[in-house]
Amino acid sequence: MQKSLHIDPGKCTGCLQCESACSLEQEGLFNPSKSRIKVFTFHDEGRFVPYTCTQCDEAWCMQACPVDAIVLNPLNGSKDVKSDVCVGCKVCTIACPFGTINYNADTGKVIKCDLCGGDPACATACPTDAISYIDANATGLDKMRAWASKTDNASNA
Amino acid sequence: MAWTRKLLRVNLTAGTCTEEALNMEWANDYLGQRGLATRYLVEEIDPMCDPLGPDNKFVMATGPLTGTNASTGGRYSCLCKSPLTNTLACSNSGGFFGAEMKFAGWDMIIFEGKAAGPTYLNIENDTAELLPADDLWGKSVWEADKMLRAKHQDPQIRIAAVGRSAEEGNLYAAVVNDLHRAAGRSGVGTVMASKNLKAVVIRGTQGVGNVADPKAFMAATTAGKAVLAENPVTGQGLPTYGTQVLMNVINEVGALPTRNMRETQFEGAADVSGEAMHEPRKSDGKPNLTTNGACYACTIACGRISTIDRTHFSVKDKPEYWIASGGLEYEAAWALGPDTGVNDIDALTYVNFLCNEDGMDPISFGSTVAAAMEMFEDGVITTEHTGGMELKFGSAEALCWAAEMTAKGEGFGKDLGLGSKRLCEKYGRPELSMTVKGQEFPAYDPRGIQGMGLAYATSNRGACHLRGYTVASEILGIPEKTDPLETAGKPGLVKAFQDATAAVDSAGLCVFTTFAWTMDDIAPQVDAACDGDWSTERMMEVGERIWNMERVFNAAAGVGGDQDTLPARLLNEGSNSGPAKGKVSGLKEMLPEYYELRGWNADGSVTDATKQKFGLPA
Repeated sequence: MQKSLHIDPGKCTGCLQCESACSLEQEGLFNPSKSRIKVFTFHDEGRFVPYTCTQCDEAWCMQACPVDAIVLNPLNGSKDVKSDVCVGCKVCTIACPFGTINYNADTGKVIKCDLCGGDPACATACPTDAISYIDANATGLDKMRAWASKTDNASNA
Repeated sequence: MAWTRKLLRVNLTAGTCTEEALNMEWANDYLGQRGLATRYLVEEIDPMCDPLGPDNKFVMATGPLTGTNASTGGRYSCLCKSPLTNTLACSNSGGFFGAEMKFAGWDMIIFEGKAAGPTYLNIENDTAELLPADDLWGKSVWEADKMLRAKHQDPQIRIAAVGRSAEEGNLYAAVVNDLHRAAGRSGVGTVMASKNLKAVVIRGTQGVGNVADPKAFMAATTAGKAVLAENPVTGQGLPTYGTQVLMNVINEVGALPTRNMRETQFEGAADVSGEAMHEPRKSDGKPNLTTNGACYACTIACGRISTIDRTHFSVKDKPEYWIASGGLEYEAAWALGPDTGVNDIDALTYVNFLCNEDGMDPISFGSTVAAAMEMFEDGVITTEHTGGMELKFGSAEALCWAAEMTAKGEGFGKDLGLGSKRLCEKYGRPELSMTVKGQEFPAYDPRGIQGMGLAYATSNRGACHLRGYTVASEILGIPEKTDPLETAGKPGLVKAFQDATAAVDSAGLCVFTTFAWTMDDIAPQVDAACDGDWSTERMMEVGERIWNMERVFNAAAGVGGDQDTLPARLLNEGSNSGPAKGKVSGLKEMLPEYYELRGWNADGSVTDATKQKFGLPA
C-alpha cells in the first residue's frame, strides 16, 4: 500500500515537534530552520498550518532538474534529492508551485521531504494527529466519515 | 552536553558584545537557566545594588533541554534583582524565543551597564550587534514587533521586547516574547527598560545538537510524552480548558480570593471560567476561545488563543483588537476577574490583550487595581485622584480604563504602576496590600489551601504560585492528596515542591509538566542530554542548592526571615464562606518546622552548615 502524509491543520497546536523531529532525522540535530516540514502561524486568525511536499506524481522539481538529481523512490513514492548529484542550481525551487523544495546555503544543495524512507518522523512526533501517514488512496476517509455521520438515518428508525 | 557552552555578554555602557565560555563547573552544580543564571548574578552583582541602576544586571537564560524535542523544552527565564521586591527576580516564559536563542548558539545572554539611548540587540547565530531603537521607544510591544519585522525582512526572527509600561517605570512590567508569552513577574521588564534596552531580536539556524546520549534521550523524551498524553490533566484538562480549568474548582473549595481577598468565593466565577470560554456568544455565535496553542515543543498545549466580542464596549470602535491573540490563563483571569469583582469575560480578555501589548504582569496589575478599588470604596481614593472614574468593585469600565491608563503610564495609571504595596502605602492603607515581600498574590487563598500560605510567605520572589505549587497535592491529589485545610505535613510538602520546581525550571522545562511527571520522569531526560549522571536525587539536590542560594542572596539584599509573612487579613480574618469558612492561615504553625526542615536558623537565616553542605559561594 502506498501511503502519503495527511495534514489536518485544525488539529495543529503549533508546537513544532514535527520540525524538531524532521531536522533530527535529516540533519542529526534539533534545528527547525532546516526542517522539510514547516508550520505556519497566522497569529491574528489563531491558525496553525503545517505544510510540506505532497510528492506529486509528475513532480515539477524532478522534471526541471537538469542533472537528474531528483529521483523517484519506488518503495514509497517519494521524490528524493541525490545530494551527490545535485549541483545547487535551484531550478527545482523555481519549478515547484508549492515552495516545498528549498536551497540549503550551508551545503549548496537543495532539500525536500523524502518521507524519511517510508516512516516520516514528523507524523510520529505529532502529538495531536494533525500529521498522519495513511493510505494514499483514502486520505479523504476521515472527512467522508465525518460527513457520513451527519447523514439522516431517520427512515431506518 | 546539550548546553551550547557559551554565553553572550553585552555591555550596554560600552556597546560591546563578547562571547564567553559557559562556566561548566557551575553548570554541574546548578544545571542551567534559573539555577545557573542565579549563580552568575550572585557572583556578579551587589545584593544591595539599586535594581534600576546600571549596577544591576539582566540575564536571559535557557536550560540544557531548551531547544530539544523534550516536551515543553522551549523555556527561558529573565533574571535580575527585582525593583518590585528587592529580591532576586526570575521570570519564566515559553513561546519560541528561548529555543531560538539556543538555535543561535547561546545558553545565556548577560546584559550589564546601561545604554546611552534606546537600543536593541540583534542576534543572528554567532553575530550579535547593538542597534539604535529610538524609533521603537514609546511604542507598544506589538507595534515594536511589527516595526522590527518590517526592518529585518525576515519572517523567522523571534522577538522579546518591553512595552510602554516598562519605559514609564511600572514596577511590574514584563518582558513579552512572541507577542503574547511573557516573563511576567517581579518587574523584569522594568529592569530591561531601565537599561534602555527595548528589544532582543534573534535568528538561530545552528540547531541544538551535542546531546550526550541521543538514543537514550529519544527513549526518555518519548516515554515522557506518553505520560503527558495519558494523564487526565495534561492530556485532556489543560488542552481543553487551559489553566482556566481551575476557576470553578478553586471557587468550589472556597479558595478563590475575591475583591482584594475580602472574600474567598466569587459569585461570577462561572462567567469567567475555562468552560465559559467555550460558550458561543450572542453577537457572532463564536466562543471566546479560538483554539489552543502550544509553546515550542510542548505536547500539552494549554495556551489560550482568544477573540473579544466585537460588539463589546471595550473594542467596538477599535478594530485593531478584533484579532485572535493570547487569551486568559487562570492566574490572569483571577486577578482581572474575581479579585476586582468583574465577571465580564470580554473585558477581562481585552485587559489581558493590553497586558500583553504593553508588557504588564496581569496578576500584579489586577491585584493592584483590586487594592485601589477597596481604597476607593473606603473613600481614601476618590474621583479626584482618578480624574472622575468610579473605581468600584465589579466595574468592567473601570477595569478597562485602569488598564489603558497603566499600560501607557498616564494619569492614575502611574499610581497603579507602583504595585499594590507602594500604592497602599502612598494612600495610607498598607494593610490593604495583598502582597508578600512587595509582590502581589496569585489566585489561591491561603485560608482555603493552607500549604500555599507557607509557599507564598517563603517564596524567594515574593507571593507566587510557581515556586511551590502545593495546590497540585492539596486540591488535585498530585502526587497524592493532602487535606487543604490542614497544616500538618505542609512544611515538608512545600519544601519538596520548592526544590523540585527549581530543578525543573533550571532544566528548561515547563513546570506544568509536573501535573503528570515526577522527577523520575524528568531526570532520565536530563541524564541522557547532559554529561554526567543526573539522577532524581541529584536533581532534588540541585533544586535545594538553588533554593538556598536564592535565599542567601535575598538576605544579603535586606530581605530576610522577618519578611516570611502574610498580610494580617489572611492571618486574622476568617474566610467568610465555603469549606474553609472561619479559617485563617496557619502560617505560624508551619513556619518553624519549615525552617528546621531546611536546616536554617530559627530566624530563617541559612546556617553556615547548610551553606557548606551545598557548597554555596561565600
